[in-house]
Amino acid sequence: MEKLINDFSFGLFFWQILLFVALLLILRKFAWKPILEAVNNREEGIKNALESAEAAKKEMQNLQADNERILNEARAERDGMLKEAKQLKENIIADAKSEAQDAADKIVAQAQATIASEKKAAIADLKGQVAELSVEIAEKVVRKELDNKDKQLELVESMLGDVTLK
Amino acid sequence: MHPNLGTEMLGVMQKRTVVKILLIFTLVFTTSNLFAKETEKEGEGDIKTEIKEFIDHHLQDSHDFTLFSDKETGKHYGFPLPVILWDGGLKVFSSSKFHHGETLANIDGNYYKLYHSKIYKTDAAGTITYDEAHHATNVKPLDFSITKNVVSMILIGLLMFFMFSSLAKSYKKNNGIPTGIGRFLEPLVLFVRDEIAVPNIGEKKYKKYMSFLLTVFFFIWFLNLLGMTPLAVNVTGNIAVTFALALLTFLITNFTANKNYWGHIFWMPGVPTFMKIVLAPIELLGVFIKPFSLMIRLYANMTAGHVVIMSIVGLLFIFKSWVGGPLSFGLAFALSLLELLVAALQAYIFTMLSALYFGMATEEAHH
Repeated sequence: MEKLINDFSFGLFFWQILLFVALLLILRKFAWKPILEAVNNREEGIKNALESAEAAKKEMQNLQADNERILNEARAERDGMLKEAKQLKENIIADAKSEAQDAADKIVAQAQATIASEKKAAIADLKGQVAELSVEIAEKVVRKELDNKDKQLELVESMLGDVTLK
Repeated sequence: MHPNLGTEMLGVMQKRTVVKILLIFTLVFTTSNLFAKETEKEGEGDIKTEIKEFIDHHLQDSHDFTLFSDKETGKHYGFPLPVILWDGGLKVFSSSKFHHGETLANIDGNYYKLYHSKIYKTDAAGTITYDEAHHATNVKPLDFSITKNVVSMILIGLLMFFMFSSLAKSYKKNNGIPTGIGRFLEPLVLFVRDEIAVPNIGEKKYKKYMSFLLTVFFFIWFLNLLGMTPLAVNVTGNIAVTFALALLTFLITNFTANKNYWGHIFWMPGVPTFMKIVLAPIELLGVFIKPFSLMIRLYANMTAGHVVIMSIVGLLFIFKSWVGGPLSFGLAFALSLLELLVAALQAYIFTMLSALYFGMATEEAHH
């Protein structure tokens, strides 16, 4: 301790305080303040850039989500439209089918009716012809009977063979 | 207390190293005193004494910048520095008038003698009177000389100014990005801010202490490094220098301290009244011990480093053998590497502890 006190030089202490305080003040003005400010500004800038990048990323994600949603909606709409169209097609086909069935049924019924009436007419005609023929045959028979009994029979037979029901 | 456990552990470790170094230091110095006394008996020519004197001389501040000297021809190579004395008026003259303590300087009819790196006023014959403890009792005029240490500090100050103002300028020139040496300096500035100031003082208040912390950190570090060069200056191992630095920390701590800090010193909250009365003087003592420890720690570490390295280099001249030479060289080399680390470490510790004290002084009550 005695040595320390003996070594202590007031002059050096004086210069040290003077120089150090001067250095501190000078450096504060010309170095520390501008350096710390510049570093601070830069860090602030980096922070802001990172934040804005994050915000942009979020916005991008939102946009993507929006896009996805819109796409899904469009897809759903398309699906709905397709379904509707299919339904419509099926309905049209079914309608057409039933209409055609109806028409066919009608035609068939008409045809049947026509056939039935033609048949009736034919039968009526046939009946008339049969009656006429019968009368002719009877006439011929009657005439032939008068010539030959056998021939008369033959005639009747052949006549009957000719007769076919129409 | 401050919740920084790591710092406290470091502090404890630091104290241990300081104790060790102080021990080495005291041992070396007690032996040095022994040698010094032997000198008187044996006279000159003893190599050990010569080394001892050389180390002693090196640790002291000096009034001229001697780079090396030739003992045989008595020639000193270097340059003289201005001597400024206050002795009933300002006296300024060149230290070359002392001829390295060999002659008296006659200034305006007064005689001054350079004796053991100190200037004493003597009579025309240059008589030095001693007391029983072998201390000179002559009148010592107030010595404001620009000594070797002052020159070193001016050099380092200029160096710091050019380095850091160029860093500051490079930001403007290069759009906020440092160039050149700034790329090396900027991380160091940021280290002081992010690892020393902010954790110890706090995000809100660290800014006003930054100028001091940065200046003190680089000032100590650069001077420590300068001490490792062959220029052989020992600025940070000088008690006046470390006292001045510690005094600044002390003043800043106490002038920026808030109510909470003084409250913790004079009227410790949360303890019984009796304890408050017991604690007050202890805490008050702590106010002075803290900067005192800063002063001693830096002084002892740097001085011890210089003493040990120079002693080991000195072994080279004592052994003068094929074994001793390389051994001494290797040891000195290894220790120099260690001292490089210590140079940075001591700057860091001084700055960190200063920041810690500032942090304590401005801590808000949180009970």
